[in-house]
Amino acid sequence: MLLEIKNLHVSYGSVEVLHGINMQVEEGEVITVLGANGAGKTTTLLTISGLLKSTKGEILFEGKPIHTIPSHEIVRLGIIQVPEGRRVFAPLTVLENLYLGAFTSTDKAKDEATLEWVFDLFPRLLERKEQLSGTLSGGEQQMLAIGRALMGRPRLLILDEPSLGLSPILVKAIFNTLKSISKTGVTVVLVEQNARAALKFASRGYVLELGRIIMSDEAAALLANPDVQHSYLGGKK
Amino acid sequence: MEEFIQQLINGLAVGGIYALIALGYTMVYGVLKLINFAHGDLFTLGAYFGLTLLITMGIGDMVPGPLGIIIVAGMVMALVAIMGYLLERVAYRPLRNSDRLAAVVSALGASIFFQNAIMLVYGSDAQVYNLNVSAAEYSLPVAGINISASSIIMIGTSLLLMWGLYWFINRTRTGMAIRAVANDQAAAKLMGIDVNKIIALVFMIGPALGGVAGLTVGLCYGKIDYNMGWTYGLKAFTAAILGGIGNIPGAMLGGILLGVVESLGEAYISGAWKNAISFFVLILILLFRPTGLLGERVADKL
Ligand SMILES: Nc1ncnc2c1ncn2[C@@H]1O[C@H](COP(=O)(O)OP(=O)(O)O)[C@@H](O)[C@H]1O
Ligand SMILES: [Mg+2]
Repeated sequence: MLLEIKNLHVSYGSVEVLHGINMQVEEGEVITVLGANGAGKTTTLLTISGLLKSTKGEILFEGKPIHTIPSHEIVRLGIIQVPEGRRVFAPLTVLENLYLGAFTSTDKAKDEATLEWVFDLFPRLLERKEQLSGTLSGGEQQMLAIGRALMGRPRLLILDEPSLGLSPILVKAIFNTLKSISKTGVTVVLVEQNARAALKFASRGYVLELGRIIMSDEAAALLANPDVQHSYLGGKK
Repeated sequence: MEEFIQQLINGLAVGGIYALIALGYTMVYGVLKLINFAHGDLFTLGAYFGLTLLITMGIGDMVPGPLGIIIVAGMVMALVAIMGYLLERVAYRPLRNSDRLAAVVSALGASIFFQNAIMLVYGSDAQVYNLNVSAAEYSLPVAGINISASSIIMIGTSLLLMWGLYWFINRTRTGMAIRAVANDQAAAKLMGIDVNKIIALVFMIGPALGGVAGLTVGLCYGKIDYNMGWTYGLKAFTAAILGGIGNIPGAMLGGILLGVVESLGEAYISGAWKNAISFFVLILILLFRPTGLLGERVADKL
């Protein structure tokens, strides 16, 4: 087991928003988490990365607790997140953003090889490498956010709504890229508004509602489930 | 014309000092969105540490020539950096997640603490940098104009340190991390950056620069007192706002500009109105550019 979340409770101030979440992620898997706005998806992901602290429960990475260690140490383990809303460093250049993705790395030669791979995946970033990232289009910023995460050579790649606000063509491109990243053996946890695309890509999925997991199954089974179709795939009941 | 150039050089000299201090305000604001009101006192501490090391202990005389002073400058930087580090740990970090106002009160408390500690150790009278050789006595004729050794020292020191800082911030990995933390702390954490470490570092770099500025003022103007951080601090803070608070080249530009305006205003308008003139310029610039000269690049807004 690569990642295991056990009975996770998280609060903002005195308001609890996650009420005991359980999740398991195997090495090499693609997991998707579905849920309406406000269900607690982002909160779950930020807690995995250590930006939020749980009030109860635990998170294990390869069997070792990570909910007790600071975020920068979690990143060192290879748990890397593409946050909601991209969060590129706007006043920094594209290249600087990418190098920041490799901040914890000590292997310069490997960084350069990774950089080349990222530029292969996103040739647009190569064209604009000296540009300030705040001046990129939304789609380019998303590519940069993903590329920056890849620079950290993730073992577990966490993505929070990477296709939000992108054109259908770009969404398709992003999913294709994610597929090729997954093929290299990287484990992926994906939160996506575009539930159909996410379920087609993922091997398993969880459905989160009001801070609780209400369903978890093989992705194909979730795709065929009438409740899921009704709530998340725009189908009729 | 000669008078004008003379005043311009004086302005650049004092402006360089303002810029060095302003960098401390602006860097801390950059990463914490907080004004370190005790920063002026760290500048004062630099002047007093310099006094002790250079005059009382005579370290500058053990090694002849400018090398002795450079060694003392290095020691002053290290000592004031440690003070900055302690200041952050004691006065700011425990309040990181509380009310903005609490941090301001803590800053003012730290400022009073430093001033009283200096008074306790050195007394409240002004102290004199009693050097065997006084920088004020020497000057260098350049193209028919006499440039005082103190101006050369002040301009040289500030240019060298500003260049060093600029290089560090823009060309090193740690410098890049500082810029990332200033832009988005949460995202910086997701890159594996230890944000606390970066903040501590900023609280060492700024005071180190301010401390050297204090030493330089002692060396060049000869007299220091426990209260000097207030006037210089206020000017430097003004300079940081003028350049756009949070912006490093802005603080450099703002400091130098303020020094020049002040010096020319003093010479050509009125010495008594020197301070009023600088604040008038500040208000004028803020009217047209509320974020300061270099504040908030367009890219930040996208
Ligand atoms: N910073 C915050 N402070 C207080 N409440 C928050 C904060 N962020 C999110 N919440 C609340 O927590 C719940 C879960 O939010 P979130 O994890 O962002 O959901 P999702 O990502 O599934 O849309 C929501 O009710 C939201 O209003
Ligand atoms: Mg969300």
